[in-house]
Amino acid sequence: MADGDRGEYAIETRGLNLWYGDFQALYDVDLEVKRGIITSMIGPSGCGKTTLLRTCNRIIERLGYVRTTGSVSILGHDIFADGVELVQVRKRIGMVFQRPNPLPISIRDNVLFGFRLHEARLRKVSAAEEDRILESSLRQVLLWDTVRDRLDRPATGLSLEEQQKLCIARLLPVKPEVLLMDEPCSALDPAGTEAVEELIWKLRGDYTILIVTHNMAQARRASDECVFMLLGRIIEHGRTDEVFLNPESSETADYIEGRYG
Amino acid sequence: MFTATTLNRRSQRAQGVARAVFFLMTVTLVIPVLIIAGTLVVKGGPAISWEFLFSAPRDGMTAGGIFPALVGTVWLVAVALLASVPVGVAAALYLSEYAPDNLLTRTINLAIINLAGVPSIVHALFGVGAFVLFFNIGASILAASLTLAVMTLPVVIVATRESLQAVPQAFREACWNMGATRWQTIRKVVLPNSISGILTGVILEVSRTAGETAPIMFTGAAAFVAFLPNSVLDQTMAMSYHLYYIATQQTGVPEEIPFGVALVLISIVLLMNAISIGFRVYLRGLKKW
Repeated sequence: MADGDRGEYAIETRGLNLWYGDFQALYDVDLEVKRGIITSMIGPSGCGKTTLLRTCNRIIERLGYVRTTGSVSILGHDIFADGVELVQVRKRIGMVFQRPNPLPISIRDNVLFGFRLHEARLRKVSAAEEDRILESSLRQVLLWDTVRDRLDRPATGLSLEEQQKLCIARLLPVKPEVLLMDEPCSALDPAGTEAVEELIWKLRGDYTILIVTHNMAQARRASDECVFMLLGRIIEHGRTDEVFLNPESSETADYIEGRYG
Repeated sequence: MFTATTLNRRSQRAQGVARAVFFLMTVTLVIPVLIIAGTLVVKGGPAISWEFLFSAPRDGMTAGGIFPALVGTVWLVAVALLASVPVGVAAALYLSEYAPDNLLTRTINLAIINLAGVPSIVHALFGVGAFVLFFNIGASILAASLTLAVMTLPVVIVATRESLQAVPQAFREACWNMGATRWQTIRKVVLPNSISGILTGVILEVSRTAGETAPIMFTGAAAFVAFLPNSVLDQTMAMSYHLYYIATQQTGVPEEIPFGVALVLISIVLLMNAISIGFRVYLRGLKKW
């Protein structure tokens, strides 16, 4: 953003309401996500976690029948304001999906896809610079040693775990501030889950991470703060250990103990 | 304990009858194809020679070959493709990648379906009215090809749209989330992964266009033209119209000539279909997901 980052929070929503047609999915959501930490969102299916996540980069609008009121600010800037360029928003806010979705091109082209889209059209980029970016991005996601010999092979040939890491790696070259993750481990086996969690923990500090999860154990061990949502409302938001050990609301307690889900 | 009961046997018998009936129906479907192909080869085969393919008709079309008609068909198909492929592919891209699901889009889809259902003779009359008379192009390759293009447009649109929609939505989402515009997404991901299907559709369109008679008979095809076409404003002979003409409008044509023409025409169409199938199989092998 031209006039720089500001504000204490990476993501801040105020009185956010969202409707899918006649169905209201979010009610007066006030959420503050601190910079540089991992915030997890938990709650039963259909509680609005994914909706809220997808509102943060305005990807939700593509459905066409979505209406919102209230505001969402990213790094202190209202992304619903007039004159906001969605391409710029999405450049600063990377998104990782439930199912890894590498493009059917080589590993190299996948990692450099966003970079070429945004940077390489403004100036001449040397092959050496591309290689440097490629290596550092893949190193950051702990994938470099695995794929360094097959960078020009199709990305779709990787294992799901590697694909998911690649999907994170390809966000990094455009220097995002926020990473939104929508159940990034739910398609992975336990070993893959552990590896990707480890990676997410490693990215903590460099990026603000908002992660939706169904896996309570994952929220508990791999996040700093935890948001519990129910029926489109935020019920509780606090430090993860406190939410899990001393939930303020009885609904949170019931959910955490597995009385519903 | 596992022996068949009366009920089992009755079910098995019914199942056997059903199977036999369906098989017979399937065979029935193949029989006409074999008879047509067989008749054409037997009766038209003797007419086929290099001279037949590469010389003009002589003696009031009772002798000689079909070269001007072959060339004319190539012209008609080529110009029709030039007109219909860009329009059809662009329309399909809009409908598949951009169009919101609203009344306008649904109306357009309905129009495409209806356009596909319009009888070819109606297209012919439209071609005469619109291209030959209103735009004053006159009976010519251009007018005939445009008529063919309008007629085959739904084929191109539907085939293209289907292959676009076969590209997984996840690829598009991946691109959009990295800040790609729709056009960048189309260019870098959607088109490269759907081009095989689009080309297959185009090849099928070629075979359809080559065989049509009605749309060209008033708009640009002539029974006999002594020279090969020089430009799209010339009239031309065409395989399908030539066959119609010598089979019904001309007396004293030896039997093997119309059969020979039919054999060549059907060979072109089958060849095109075969290429299209082969191409599809080949490109499917290349797909990376």
